[in-house]
Amino acid sequence: MADALTLYGTTLQSRLMLGTAQYPSPAILAEAIKISKAEIVTVSLRRETTGGTGGREFWTMIKELGVHVLPNTAGCHTAKEAILTAELARDVFDTDWIKLEVIGHADTLQPDVFGLVDGARELTAQGFKVFPYTTDDIVVAEKLLAVGCEVLMPWGAPIGSGKGLNNRFALKAMRAHFPRVPLVVDAGIGVPSHAAEAMELGYDAILLNTAVAKAGDPVQMAKGFALGLEAGRLAYLAGAMEPRDMAVPSTPVLGLAFSEI
Amino acid sequence: MTREAAIVGAGIMGLTAAHALSLRGVRVTVYERDVETGRGCSWWAGGMLALWCEMESAEPLIGTLGLESLAYWRRYFPGVVNKGSLVVAPPRDTPDLKRFAARTSHFEWIDRNKIAELEPDLAGRFETALFFAEEAHLNPRDALAFLRKTLETEFEVRFELSTTIQPEALKVDAVLDCRGLEARDALPDLRGVKGEMVILKTKDITLSRPVRLLHPRIPVYLVPRADNHVMVGATMIESGDRTRFSARSMMELLNAAYAIHPGFGEAEIVETGTDVRPAFPDNLPRVRRDGNILRLNGLYRHGYLGAPALARRAAEMIVDGKAFPEVER
Repeated sequence: MADALTLYGTTLQSRLMLGTAQYPSPAILAEAIKISKAEIVTVSLRRETTGGTGGREFWTMIKELGVHVLPNTAGCHTAKEAILTAELARDVFDTDWIKLEVIGHADTLQPDVFGLVDGARELTAQGFKVFPYTTDDIVVAEKLLAVGCEVLMPWGAPIGSGKGLNNRFALKAMRAHFPRVPLVVDAGIGVPSHAAEAMELGYDAILLNTAVAKAGDPVQMAKGFALGLEAGRLAYLAGAMEPRDMAVPSTPVLGLAFSEI
Repeated sequence: MTREAAIVGAGIMGLTAAHALSLRGVRVTVYERDVETGRGCSWWAGGMLALWCEMESAEPLIGTLGLESLAYWRRYFPGVVNKGSLVVAPPRDTPDLKRFAARTSHFEWIDRNKIAELEPDLAGRFETALFFAEEAHLNPRDALAFLRKTLETEFEVRFELSTTIQPEALKVDAVLDCRGLEARDALPDLRGVKGEMVILKTKDITLSRPVRLLHPRIPVYLVPRADNHVMVGATMIESGDRTRFSARSMMELLNAAYAIHPGFGEAEIVETGTDVRPAFPDNLPRVRRDGNILRLNGLYRHGYLGAPALARRAAEMIVDGKAFPEVER
């Protein structure tokens, strides 16, 4: 397929990335991933679950889905913590991908962009391929690229809020500023139309979790998102019409008999 | 005709299965590897008979089993507290309360006055709550002790404690494997979901019924017990490790208790516990047939809500040859 997405050299057909937390059951999670055709799933690793028999069955089930696992550092509040988690994740999932989250505030879950840049620098130096969860701040984005990130994941709205694209202007500006960097809207997506809107703006992919996991029927919602993404992507590729203030008849009047012109 | 059955595992599943078989005239021997009965994850459970609340995230089968189990406890166990349960949320998480309401039934929205009337110590803490009047709760440890006593005195069930035995090694008409996560050798799709709980003691706050606090990341419930004790539970972590209680979990549980009432900050920590719930990939319980062995497992977080109903089905499968496709998977 011509319209593939390439992230750190890996080619993907799907532009949807799904989180794996908060589903009613692993069986429903597996079904949601299958129906959405997502090829990347994020998995949060708590350090306490890495010893002994911790979490093995759950991770095995995820691996068996045949998708790319993007471990994340959810819940880490310092770069140091995030780096430790990334190292553990590399062992558990046998991947050098890491979604870097450094949370600045426990309640708002806003990223700590200073810790984020520090963490990204260290992890890139260690050979990790970093997917940073960041704000829509272009200066922060430039610093992340400078320390070696090849993908940027700005938020749409705060994690779990389901508010959609809070700052459409900033996201548009970011797209315009980094025309060749893969941009993923991560967090804040509530319904498929939010995802479609981000894709229409030219974003390369969407990462979401709560909107599907906490839907009344997560499997149906996963399919809804897959379709929403596709619609938005097609619209972007097709090139949208320019909106204007006046009505324009779709049938031209010019040249019609009895036209007043 | 099945006259004799053996049960391996004396948690809530094994004990209710022994009861169901005894009620149908089968002679039962229960084998337990521990020195006491009911000391696995049944010991650490909350004991909420909150089937309508559970429907927020559980499949309809849990509602069916829960309704039957609720009736079972009310019929046989005198310790059931029939005072319903409350669901609350901090003001900024009101969307979670609305979502919870949209996914459940058998409740009413109540205001601050009604909250104060039901739980005087929570007066002024919350503007609105959901009240599930038909739900109930029990103290799991009392229920376990009651079942053990009933089985020994009324039905002469034999208990072989401190006995580790493979279900396959038992030569009787029927064997019920109720070993929980230990049965992973025979049930490869079984996994562990770790839970941690704390018991607090305070004279300052008295609750009459379980209170659930909704929160985007850590839904926590408080269940009142005798002697000013309150059980705070429970974490849900994909892990088979039954030993470590993490500082983070403790913080989350205590934070939630504190959010329900700051007075819990003064409470004494009486006990902490951690264990692992056995669960299948869809988080639903099963009775799996394996020759003359029935494996009853996967109760997940629905031990007291699921075991009696699952036990009744297993007993009728053995005694009457009935089939229950909803749980035979």
